Amino acid sequence: MINIEIDGKQIQTENGSTVIEAAHQAGISIPHFCYHKKLSIAANCRMCLVQVEKAPKPLPACATPVTEGMKVFTHSEQAVKAQKGVMEFLLVNHPLDCPICDQGGECMLQDMSVGYGGGQSRYHEEKRVVLAKDIGPLVSAEEMSRCINCTRCVRFGVEIAGQMELGQAFRGEHAEIVSFVSGTVDSELSGNMIDLCPVGALTSKPFRYKARSWELSRRRSVSAHDSLGSGLAVQTKNNRVLRVLPIENEDINECWLSDKDRFAYEGLNTADRLTKPMIKQDGKWQEVEWQVALEYAANGLRHIANGAGAEQIGALATANSTLEELYLLQKLMRGIGSDNVDFRLRQSDFSGDVKQQGAPWLGMSVADISRADRLLVVGSFLRKDHPLLAARIRRAARKGAQINIIHSADDDLLMHVAHKAIVAPDALVEALTQVSKALASEKQGQSASGEAGAIARSLAGGERVAVLLGNFAQQHPQAAQLQALAQQIAALSNGKFGFLGEAANSVGGYLAQAVPGTKGMNAAAMLATPRKAYVLLNVEPELDCADPQQAVAAMQAADLVIALSAYKHHATEYADVLLPIAPYTETSGTFVSTEGRVQSFKGAVKPLGETRPAWKVLRVLGNLLKVDGFGQDTSEAVRDEVLQGVDVSAKLNNAIGGVEAKAAPASSGLQRVADVPIYATDAVVRRSAPLQATADAAIPQVRMHGEELKKLGVQSGEVVKVGQGQGSVQLFAVADDKLPRGVVRVAAGHAATVALGAMFGTITVERA
Amino acid sequence: MLSLQITALIDKELKKYPADQRQSAVMAALRFVQDEKGWIASADMADVAAYLGMPQMAVYEVATFYHMYNLKPMGKHTLTVCTNLSCQLCGSGDTLEHLNKRLGIGLGEVTPDGKYGLREGECMGACVDAPLLTINNKKMCGRLTGEKIDRILAELDKQ
Repeated sequence: MINIEIDGKQIQTENGSTVIEAAHQAGISIPHFCYHKKLSIAANCRMCLVQVEKAPKPLPACATPVTEGMKVFTHSEQAVKAQKGVMEFLLVNHPLDCPICDQGGECMLQDMSVGYGGGQSRYHEEKRVVLAKDIGPLVSAEEMSRCINCTRCVRFGVEIAGQMELGQAFRGEHAEIVSFVSGTVDSELSGNMIDLCPVGALTSKPFRYKARSWELSRRRSVSAHDSLGSGLAVQTKNNRVLRVLPIENEDINECWLSDKDRFAYEGLNTADRLTKPMIKQDGKWQEVEWQVALEYAANGLRHIANGAGAEQIGALATANSTLEELYLLQKLMRGIGSDNVDFRLRQSDFSGDVKQQGAPWLGMSVADISRADRLLVVGSFLRKDHPLLAARIRRAARKGAQINIIHSADDDLLMHVAHKAIVAPDALVEALTQVSKALASEKQGQSASGEAGAIARSLAGGERVAVLLGNFAQQHPQAAQLQALAQQIAALSNGKFGFLGEAANSVGGYLAQAVPGTKGMNAAAMLATPRKAYVLLNVEPELDCADPQQAVAAMQAADLVIALSAYKHHATEYADVLLPIAPYTETSGTFVSTEGRVQSFKGAVKPLGETRPAWKVLRVLGNLLKVDGFGQDTSEAVRDEVLQGVDVSAKLNNAIGGVEAKAAPASSGLQRVADVPIYATDAVVRRSAPLQATADAAIPQVRMHGEELKKLGVQSGEVVKVGQGQGSVQLFAVADDKLPRGVVRVAAGHAATVALGAMFGTITVERA
Repeated sequence: MLSLQITALIDKELKKYPADQRQSAVMAALRFVQDEKGWIASADMADVAAYLGMPQMAVYEVATFYHMYNLKPMGKHTLTVCTNLSCQLCGSGDTLEHLNKRLGIGLGEVTPDGKYGLREGECMGACVDAPLLTINNKKMCGRLTGEKIDRILAELDKQ
């Protein structure tokens, strides 16, 4: 610790910190633009000049390390003169267009010029003009003349997002922020550049000219789009969500937000929103009153339960439904005598259900990931599935942590990967077994060869080891074996292991007991042996389920399909009742994040039209079906029913026993590797126009090793026909030599591939 | 694609730096490209980036920062005239005027036959010989007069 004095205040601060950090710690503000606590120090705006005793000239507080006995004056005559001088220079070229600038009202330059700017400019020459750039559908760079060249956006790209898409070209007065050859900024974290920009140079394209910052009311919410549980500030005007910003929390999303969380709101008020209950009569859809629709649904369920039997009813929900919704859904199902309820729609191996000792979760805190020095990530499209967790791991890698990957695809993670084993899906278990064996022999002082040996040595050399199973591993047909092997590897390396949860409530679904009991059917079984009736909560079966062919066939064969949905989707083709329910911005609820953090939120706006929160709809259905325990008045009452007096951390347990890892029988033919594209994961995201205009939302391609394409006589870039079961689609083939041989990568969850079958398994490719 | 000559030169340059600091060679690499092609196209910058394993944008930053990299074709012989103070006092204005008249082009322009390009340069550190110009950043000519410039151009015309 070091003693310094700032503005006469005695401050103790850590050796190695800078003057600006020490000042902020003590609550003293120093004006600044380019400094940002999460980014490297550039010291190029010079706004933070302060006077330091015995220094001959003002020093930049952001780049001056503290020394023992240092005396700093942030508001002395010399300091203020320097700050005002810098401000005058910054304003020389800055346009006076605040009245039409989107940043107006929340602009650092505007605020600071009130304090340090002159009332009148002494500059009468021409201002420089910087041409507008088009850098994609999310970030607007229309008024680059406003840029003060602080390079925050550039440093964010390099240091946090891991790719340098923007840079500062040219020099001196001609310096400007550009992308290479006018390319777009495609990072899945690009929206943070908008927050970082201290002026109105980079602004939100979807939000452009929609509202002024002071007209917006702000509601706290939680992200529904991935399992991290990022804090959202949902900003609304006239009962409409107009913008979403991050709420800072160092333990979760820090000050960042992924583009998915930030821009998904554009999918909330689309034309296909379902705003009135509808029932199908004589093959025609009719809008009806709630009472009619609910009674129709209740009667239908009662009819099936009394006739064919309650076990002929199945309930499917998505993992981004709230805890309350999932709880009431399972309570309703169990109340009418059916144990068939599940929220793990993309999972294909449920053999771990009885061997699993608790709810699968991250196995550590999110902050622990930053502290890990050795990581093994198994089966994860890390960057796209978990953008902010990937950023954390990226930062750990920059600090020296070794990242090891075992997966069936080799996407660029934009970080240094120490070792990787890229194998076909049916060899994934074998790859993990090898690592586990190598670790065991490592302990006995014997080194194994190959990638498995290298990964084992990396893990054995760590003090804080984390083994993480991604979405691909959870959806894998041998998921339980992968889990058992991860457990083994973690034990051998004295580390922790866990799951990178797939969706906002992947843990909450277990706490809500929205999983089948011993006599019930899981999501896969319910679709494989079709039920007579289905209740769908937020589900678009062809996009959300592991096997769209099977899911659609089961829906079409059912006598009764009750779809609780915010949108009119393909359910109109097979459903009998459509009940309009509120998306997460219009209802209160709770998400339990992948690290087991329980976060409740309130609705930010009123439900659209006659939409109702799903927990209320389920409550009424419960009452109509005369099931006990549906008297809750508020969503909080429902939540308390689930969680009151429950020690959530005691329910989280990744331990699994009695699973034997055995290599899968070698599959004949080509195997499918399916990712769910980042902007296809849930109903709201799929409808967000700006997200759908990004490069990440492009139509899926068929990716194969170049040699495999050659075998088929297909050139990269040609159209091919891919088929599974009876279905096939035509897509562009692209050679990707980083994929293992014998593998075909085709995305799932996308409208272009719904005709295909299961996410795993054999697939055929032929010339179109 | 970078020619074999260029990659050979870059490889030689890389020996000066630690193996994990390949981007240290970026300025030299760009110079080799310009020496061979006369200017540096975006595609060449991307190639240099790939070869040195650095972001394309970082190469672009370097290429645009330094004045002596040509970002567009600047003719077979790029004449760079110093216009800083010493040269100006010694008559660089006359030098420029003479070149304008002889070549029919202004600063930043190239003759229609692609033979000559004219650029403005910063102090070349040889004020004792002012006014100065350089040919392709390589050969410096000083104490310029009308006749001397004519002689230089006649010499270059022969090449």
